[in-house]
Amino acid sequence: MSAVMITRKVRKWEKLPGKNTFCCDGRVMMARQKGVFYLTLFLIVGTCSLFFAFECPYLAVHLSPTIPVFAVLLFLFVIAMLLRTSFSDPGVLPRALPEEASFIEMEIEAANGNVPAGQRPPPRIRNVQINNQIVKLKYCYTCKIFRPPRASHCSICDNCVDRFDHHCPWVGNCVGKRNYRYFYLFTMSLSLLTIYIFTFDIVHVVMRSVDNGFLNTLKETPGSVLEVLVCFFTLWSVVGLTGFHTYLISLNQTTNEDIKGSWSGKNRVQNPYSHKNILKNCCEVLCGPAYPSVLDRRGLMQEDSSASATSAAPPGSSMSSSNSMSSSTAPPTMHAVLCLQKTTAPLIPNEHTPEDVKPSLGASEQKSPSPKEQRPPTPKLPPLASPETDAEASITKDKTH
Amino acid sequence: MAETHSLQDLQQPAVSSKVFIQRDYGSGTICRFQSKFPSELESRLDKQQFEETIQTLNNLYAEAEKLGGKSYLEGCLACLTAYTIFICMETHYEKVLRKIARYIKDQNEKIYAPRGLLLTDPIERGLRVIEITIFEDRSVGSGR
Repeated sequence: MSAVMITRKVRKWEKLPGKNTFCCDGRVMMARQKGVFYLTLFLIVGTCSLFFAFECPYLAVHLSPTIPVFAVLLFLFVIAMLLRTSFSDPGVLPRALPEEASFIEMEIEAANGNVPAGQRPPPRIRNVQINNQIVKLKYCYTCKIFRPPRASHCSICDNCVDRFDHHCPWVGNCVGKRNYRYFYLFTMSLSLLTIYIFTFDIVHVVMRSVDNGFLNTLKETPGSVLEVLVCFFTLWSVVGLTGFHTYLISLNQTTNEDIKGSWSGKNRVQNPYSHKNILKNCCEVLCGPAYPSVLDRRGLMQEDSSASATSAAPPGSSMSSSNSMSSSTAPPTMHAVLCLQKTTAPLIPNEHTPEDVKPSLGASEQKSPSPKEQRPPTPKLPPLASPETDAEASITKDKTH
Repeated sequence: MAETHSLQDLQQPAVSSKVFIQRDYGSGTICRFQSKFPSELESRLDKQQFEETIQTLNNLYAEAEKLGGKSYLEGCLACLTAYTIFICMETHYEKVLRKIARYIKDQNEKIYAPRGLLLTDPIERGLRVIEITIFEDRSVGSGR
């Protein structure tokens, strides 16, 4: 047991099983593929630099000095929202610890009864009633939990994300419960910025053309042409995306639910999360409470705290003998419980945990990235695969808009 | 706690089992836990006491996730500062979470620990479950 003692501080983000990258000692959390995110950043910063270099000086002198000021404010807001969306935890649900997983497994087996050998076990679905609508909760074989309503497993990040919207390669992160409002404000402010730059580009070119002629103007400010082109092509997609998300917010839907057609009205299924009031839906999504991250990425792993406990207590081998020695029940139990309480970080079994739990924990950590291994060996299980494929479908569709 | 017991005091009792109180989604995705009394706890705990704990926790989470003027104001103000204000200010939710952590510690000390039980703060399990650890009953299982 004492071999567990590690002098280096291990923070919890280092042991998170999803496919994420972390920077700044766990403060920043992103998906692994970041290429498109850098492209986004480059396009925004590049276009704005051209605007500040070529148009702003002329417009400030000839039109109004407030034009560059407003552009800078808008630019800073866009960048802040982009980084906020990309760098924050989208609402990842931690995977079940071995004990919780086996508890759920037992419950499922109890509910299913005995399945004859060779027969397919029933799909792992739990029905819950939400605001008088029946909603199916699917079991996630990777995270070993019944996914909460609206959560979905992102196949790119390999995490279950609460109120999963979509995985956005442009921001290099999933968009979910915790960063949806930042994402929306990013698309919103980016459309404003694009329209702003596009408009004043044209104003600038027209004003110069009146003085010098059109061709001379193009020679003087070659950046303007490039900006107009970039703005023109991003304008449609970004404004369209903002419009689409505004529509979703007013109905309190997620992109994932919209693509799957969860509340499309067939079978009289309606969105049970909507307040049936556009204003209230908008308020909830954009100004509701800011949910904290449940990952505790910067928290220390229990190894350190259990190590300090080990140093205080004699090795666990003598435990059974001293158990029989103790005559009074309550006080030792109470103290031990309080000791435990100080050290209740999850993930690593405590000193008193049976030895056989440890290897299984390590094994499950190694196995967990490949969900297929965890599935029952029975062939042909179409319903089980559906959540992952759903997520993938949503991603491929996301790329199109 | 008597000093003569120090050796046994430091021994942690064996965990006999764990009970997981699941979320109650009846009224949407707000954080609520089921108040159904698990049969595993019957020998240790009063049904009423358990329900009171869950009810208090549910009320605290409801307070944290309450929609209304105050939360809208917080959201709008934060938006105006591009959410940089959260670097130096604690959100309402975080304040309530600390209150919940205090409440759980208090309940453990007063009610659960003397009965050989331990509540785990739901935030450590991703707000998915309340984990109740049942420790081995020494008066019964001493001959192990």
